Amino acid sequence: MLIQTTIDDHRIAKLAAFAIALHMVEAVVPSPLPGVKPGIANIVTLYVLLQYDFATAAWVSILRVFASSLLLGQFMSPAFALSLSGAMLSLGTLWVAQHLPKPYFSAITLSILAAFAHIAGQLIVVRIWLIPHASVSYLIPVFAVAALFFGLINGLITARLLYSKTQKLDPDKT
Amino acid sequence: MLSLLRSPKSCFRYLLIGDWLTIIFSAIITIYLFQTLWSHEHASKVQIRIGDKVYAAYDLNQQRDIKVKGPIGDSVIHISHGKVRFAKSPCHNQYCIHQGWLKRSGQVAICLPNQISLELIGKQKPYDSLNY
Repeated sequence: MLIQTTIDDHRIAKLAAFAIALHMVEAVVPSPLPGVKPGIANIVTLYVLLQYDFATAAWVSILRVFASSLLLGQFMSPAFALSLSGAMLSLGTLWVAQHLPKPYFSAITLSILAAFAHIAGQLIVVRIWLIPHASVSYLIPVFAVAALFFGLINGLITARLLYSKTQKLDPDKT
Repeated sequence: MLSLLRSPKSCFRYLLIGDWLTIIFSAIITIYLFQTLWSHEHASKVQIRIGDKVYAAYDLNQQRDIKVKGPIGDSVIHISHGKVRFAKSPCHNQYCIHQGWLKRSGQVAICLPNQISLELIGKQKPYDSLNY
């Protein structure tokens, strides 16, 4: 039996592959504190959200979480649970935040909000399941700084990618 | 991405007014989180235990040395205006002295060989792994 695929499916697969590749690159980079990561795969999610629609972005994000955990051998492990909870909460935030007025809020706002939602989702799982102790709250400020910093950087990269897409020329030459 | 690294000034043109608001708002929240979650109450008393018995509790607002007799000898505990430390200990490895000054409520220093421990107590006792 052959599964019929549409052009949309192909696009989702292609974009998810991009996100998975970025996730793999990031998995190699050592991190000073477990959990503090740039989250460069979220650039793809944001780009897809703004270039296409929310459904495509959600597909790409969820596929990325599942496929990356399989590739890294973390499927169904705590790391996978953290990744999934972070992705779900940041998708939920993006679903709300995509309705913000476009002339005032760009990809950078979405990126920062998604980054904060991501750490919130992870910390909820850590607090409830992995380390059920009040001392987890000591880590919150550190994660918040990381979310603000990397959210801003990822947002700037996404804005830049979208800019060169709409301008159809390299802004470096102008 | 490379152009962002090459010319950091040019990346600001992507920021709209709402983005600035988001950044400022997030920064305020982050600072607030630091202040509320990392602010430690200064301790007011030190409780000294020998073995499993409370030996004494002293106010931290003073300058004095306390000599405490443990199973292997005398430990000297030094209190100095809001902070406390082990000053002398008969123990072999001197971990308790290397622990240094204790200032915040909930901090502990333990000398296992001499069975003496210090615990700082504030107005409220915070959670810690020893009591949990």
